[in-house]
Amino acid sequence: MFAYILRRLWQMLPTMAGVVVLVFVLFNWVGGDPSYLLAGKMADARAIANIRAQLGLDEPWYVQLGIFVRQIATFDFGNAWATGEPVSHIIQSRLGPSLTVLVPLTVLETTIGIALALAIAFVRGSLTDRLVMVACTVGMSISILVYIIVFQYGLAYKLGLFPVQGWGEHFTENLLRYATLPILIGLAVSLAPTLRLFRSFVLDEVGQDYVRTARAKGLPERRIVWVHVLRNAAIPIITYVMANLPALLIGAFLLERFFGIPGIGREVILAVERSDFPVIKAITVYVAFATMVFNLLADLMYRAVDPRVQLT
Amino acid sequence: MTTVSPGLWTLAWRRLRADRVAMASLAVVGLFLLSVVLAATGFVAADWEDEVAVNYAPPTFVGLDPALAALAQPQRPVPPNVFDPLAGDIVELQAQLAKHGHATHLVKKTTLPFGADKWGHDVIRKTIKGGQTSIVVGLVAAFVAVALGTLFGALSGFYGGRVDDLFNWFYSVFTAIPSILMILTVAAVLQTKGVLTIVLILGLTGWTGPYRLIRAEYIKHKAREYVLAADAIGASGWRKMFVHIFPNVSHVALVQMSILVVGFIKAEVILSFLGFGVPVGVVSWGSMLNEAQNELILGKWWQLTAAATAMALLVTAFSLFADALRDALDPKLK
Repeated sequence: MFAYILRRLWQMLPTMAGVVVLVFVLFNWVGGDPSYLLAGKMADARAIANIRAQLGLDEPWYVQLGIFVRQIATFDFGNAWATGEPVSHIIQSRLGPSLTVLVPLTVLETTIGIALALAIAFVRGSLTDRLVMVACTVGMSISILVYIIVFQYGLAYKLGLFPVQGWGEHFTENLLRYATLPILIGLAVSLAPTLRLFRSFVLDEVGQDYVRTARAKGLPERRIVWVHVLRNAAIPIITYVMANLPALLIGAFLLERFFGIPGIGREVILAVERSDFPVIKAITVYVAFATMVFNLLADLMYRAVDPRVQLT
Repeated sequence: MTTVSPGLWTLAWRRLRADRVAMASLAVVGLFLLSVVLAATGFVAADWEDEVAVNYAPPTFVGLDPALAALAQPQRPVPPNVFDPLAGDIVELQAQLAKHGHATHLVKKTTLPFGADKWGHDVIRKTIKGGQTSIVVGLVAAFVAVALGTLFGALSGFYGGRVDDLFNWFYSVFTAIPSILMILTVAAVLQTKGVLTIVLILGLTGWTGPYRLIRAEYIKHKAREYVLAADAIGASGWRKMFVHIFPNVSHVALVQMSILVVGFIKAEVILSFLGFGVPVGVVSWGSMLNEAQNELILGKWWQLTAAATAMALLVTAFSLFADALRDALDPKLK
């Protein structure tokens, strides 16, 4: 087990190096020279040379890459260009609001998704099953933008059930007051694809031998689905949810933007709008690392819940 | 006497024909593609930028908005001002405009079949024109992504060894970064707005899905007898990959493309909405939704409805068709 984790971490190194090089190439060659941007409108040659020296842009590329690697290792990306706030502080302070929305959203989405998927598998092939699947396809084809615009306008602006946007100081206030509508919208958007996926996981299980055995020994269908099938279908579901957690952090950027939630996703959008490269670089690199780590965690969990799986 | 046994595509088409949902969705997709062709060639909606109605003219079935009716009257010509230094220029400009068919004091309509936007553009024509941008971006970007994925997958699966390691490393690097973050990062770096930029962003970041499937297919096919036979007659590597094997795995590429088109149309709408997509002056469903967001607060819901409905209709039909296509091309599945 320990050897396996070590080997996996060792195998991660080339990928991590690849991510660092990719981000470096994107920002240093494709992106062009940011010093003109930073120097402002009334830039003279000396100011630009000064900024280039500060950013290390006058050094050869391997020195610049070294600077970038040191920034990643020490969690010190300097200050954001637009606001002057330290990048590490930006990431730390934006994580909380993002998680306030994402943790309840993920928990609700997974629970409701599993319950519905099992209920649907119970009546598979029936008219209800097909109607729900068609409803899912239609629901998925409406842009998330439309959900947000219509719900924010209808429920918050017109009916006044929720605040239109905003964010407070206290966790409970944020969770119960400001995060409720974003979570509901996130649920409405993500439930359809989740249900479709979980349904396919469940349907993979209902044809298995152990289900037939359970039926043969006279167990009620309800017990077969909710106990026997659920335990086995939980394996791919858990790994799917685990592996997707880091991507979710960015995925909620539209919700965060519309509702004024100061989270990571909104920060990325703002940074792209302002060409604030240090912020985007830092978030991209760390989210990529988190994705790799969570993939490993998902595999370990897979082994924990399924003794048949041998990790080699 | 020879009997020709039906090939993969004939069989798939037969299965597709028998599927009523697939045919209905194919018809809807066909209609949208037709509107794209007509809009691109200028037969339809070429004049979407004409201000044919008063600002925010409501749809005909809603009825006339009395507050806006006054705007419909042609503006009374302003009495000449002898002190106006630009008077001569303006007269000249108006004469030029009139020559190009833009009448200056056109009588503006007070209602349109589906209303007008802030500037009095016809919403229906705008939706068709916006659909042209969104659909073309989706199609071309999906083609780029599948072409890249196929090329990489073919090289990787066919040659194996070091080549495979290299592309697999590339794949794991690209999949380590969540796709939406990748798209935003590239958008931040490129900084130039334009239809070509979005196509590049989506195409260059979306190749990983097709790559994995195509690679698996090539690994499976390269050991088959027909490839060994091609090898025996001295076919080159490229020839074996793209003349012999590719026709046998092209259905995978086609299904991947139809799935990607849906995702890319959605992504283009979000990018354009955020302002990282189409430039000013080009209309797409995303830029329409961006305008519609502010209009909704004024109670002008028609542009939002038009863009959202058109998009939902196309995406639903396209995803249903993609599902049916996958089932028809791979009957073992299901």
